[in-house]
Amino acid sequence: MYNEKTLAKGLVSHGVNTCAGCGLEIVFRNVLAVLGEDTVVVAPPGCVALFSGLDDVTNMKIAGYQCNLENTAASAAGIRAGLDALGNTHTTVLAFAGDGATVDIGIQSLSGMIERGDRVLYVCYDNEAYMNTGIQGSSSTPQGASTTTTPAGKSTARKDLIQIAIAHGIPYAASASVAYLPDLQKKVKKASRVQGPSLIHVHTPCPTGWLFPPAKSIELCRNAVLTAAWVLYEWENEKIAINYTPERLLPLEDYLLAQGRFKGLTQEEIAEMQQMIVGKYRRLLAAAEM
Amino acid sequence: MAEYMMLDGNAAAVQGMAMSRVKVVAAYPITPQSSIAERLSDLVASGELQATYMRVESEHSALSATLGAQLAGVRAGTATSSVGLALMHEICNAASGMRVPIVMPVVNRALASPWSLWCDHQDSMAERDSGWLQLYCQNVQEIYDLTLMAYRLAEHERVLLPAMVCFDGFFLSHSMQKVAVPAQAEVDSFVGPYTPKNVWLDPTDPVFINDLITMEEFTEMKYQMKEGFASAADVFNEVSAEFAERFGRRYCAAEGYMTEDAEAVIVSLGSMSGTVRHVVREMRSRGEKVGALKVTCFRPFPQKEVARLLAGVGRVAVFDRSAGLGAAGGPLFLEVKDALDGKAFVKNYIGGLGGRDVGASTVERVFADLRAAREEDDRAPVWCDVKEHPMQIRQVLRFV
Ligand SMILES: Cc1ncc(C[n+]2csc(CCOP(=O)(O)OP(=O)(O)O)c2C)c(N)n1
Ligand code: SF4
Ligand SMILES: [Mg+2]
Repeated sequence: MYNEKTLAKGLVSHGVNTCAGCGLEIVFRNVLAVLGEDTVVVAPPGCVALFSGLDDVTNMKIAGYQCNLENTAASAAGIRAGLDALGNTHTTVLAFAGDGATVDIGIQSLSGMIERGDRVLYVCYDNEAYMNTGIQGSSSTPQGASTTTTPAGKSTARKDLIQIAIAHGIPYAASASVAYLPDLQKKVKKASRVQGPSLIHVHTPCPTGWLFPPAKSIELCRNAVLTAAWVLYEWENEKIAINYTPERLLPLEDYLLAQGRFKGLTQEEIAEMQQMIVGKYRRLLAAAEM
Repeated sequence: MAEYMMLDGNAAAVQGMAMSRVKVVAAYPITPQSSIAERLSDLVASGELQATYMRVESEHSALSATLGAQLAGVRAGTATSSVGLALMHEICNAASGMRVPIVMPVVNRALASPWSLWCDHQDSMAERDSGWLQLYCQNVQEIYDLTLMAYRLAEHERVLLPAMVCFDGFFLSHSMQKVAVPAQAEVDSFVGPYTPKNVWLDPTDPVFINDLITMEEFTEMKYQMKEGFASAADVFNEVSAEFAERFGRRYCAAEGYMTEDAEAVIVSLGSMSGTVRHVVREMRSRGEKVGALKVTCFRPFPQKEVARLLAGVGRVAVFDRSAGLGAAGGPLFLEVKDALDGKAFVKNYIGGLGGRDVGASTVERVFADLRAAREEDDRAPVWCDVKEHPMQIRQVLRFV
């Protein structure tokens, strides 16, 4: 049905109007590259809607629709049920939503989808705030980060999406990062084969909202992993596996102070956060040993 | 050959959906709709209905999943009431805007606050501009019949709009009545299999649906929906004629009863229309020239039919089962008044709220009030059967 105006290498056209250095664009291209064209995508408002397109132009070559902000999971579950009813069990149903659409307004719908065991691959690209509406804080915004609704820095810790999913008994969940693309691709492949719900939570840099130079996106996200501010791990067969363990953790400030949103933090606050983050990392390591 | 079954309103709605072979059902319980969800899940569990039942966690997700399933290319269904419909509001507009012809029973119940479990039309009236067709049923047979007709109407390529089949909570949802149910093969040949039209999710012929639309085209897309409603008026008549031919019962978007030589007529929606007819019969036997007009299709509103049926009627009472707060009258009144365009003396009556019965005596009082009303009197809506000293009931205002 498409009239192709420009040829693209993959399923996403080039020249999408995301900001320079946008991590979301990298995540979206890579996820679709793994899944291929036998995929139906549903995505809510948020920066991902930039791929939906405008008027009669779209930026992707697969079937899908833009749902509402809080119903990505329910919409995807419905699509799955519809395709199954038609005897189509081969097409992957991809729910692709931001952190706000996932951990805030969409958490109920996601919870229902996981609990029912619907076969949907849910990818949450986490840029740690409501970026599309102007960098407002979400419940995935890390403690200390300044946003337009947490101007003095967020005072509470973020929600832990993967642990929430694990508590639901999800068959497969994994965190991932744009700085580790082969790892992300491997996880997408795995998740697409799960006979039930699967979740991939991707750390997604946003130069516009995090306030850092666009050229530094990958480096910054790698530092998030090297400081354990973001841990790459998987939940599979009822077990946690850590996918990457830095030999020695970098000091948290290497990651934080490269971003304008953390500029207001005092040394004590950074030390406190470091303690929290390292504590959590250790608990994950311990859980992985079990 | 039709067989007769004893069904309550909810069971009749389920019968209609199941015989129209919905393939995916996503529903969330709410009084008085709950037995629709239960019964559909039963039919799926027993294998009588070959469908998937999705035990969703809210009405918002119920309609979202229904929409997703139908966009994938199958007939999908849900049903709700009251605050459940209010929770669906956002997705009601999404479904109609994407032109997905979902058929949804709405068991009419008042909207909180205050909480009420009982019937009025505030829930569906609050959705009257959401781009859905709305049919209102008078009895249980109508629930079954109009459900079948709703699929044909909604799915028609000149319409492509979702439809609510509205019926009064408890008065109909829980009222057992004898219903003629045609054989499955007859229903199959009337409703037909579901064929997705316009846009849907086909991985082999992909299209991306519902992206951002600028001011360049938004108006035109709404215009197309307006045209869909305009066509729906004609398609209703076509479908109804075919239904009558096949099943022997004829439905009109607006149906008059003894209106031809009537001097006074009451216009109503839903189950109370039966009571109005009963009173009209009684009053006619006493020689009073009264009539009744039932509106079955509220969206699209049958303006021309209403004007034609009421031509020459001097006095018209419009009974609204929703409060029309802050407006010149209830929603049905505003439509009828506009349709008559000054050609009759039209007065609005508000009543039957939160489950209050609209019995024969109420209807008689409306006729009496209508007759006594003088042209120069206040035209504000008359609230029926209001208790004495209404302002003192449960008054909790302080320092006023
Ligand atoms: C019900 C509803 N409330 C609010 C909005 C406005 N809105 C659109 S996008 C968005 C932010 C979404 O944030 P996130 O999911 O994190 O995606 P991002 O913009 O960061 O990519 C909001 C609040 C909406 N579309 N729908
Ligand atoms: S605001 Fe952030 S997430 Fe959105 S397009 Fe720009 S860089 Fe990407
Ligand atoms: Mg975000």
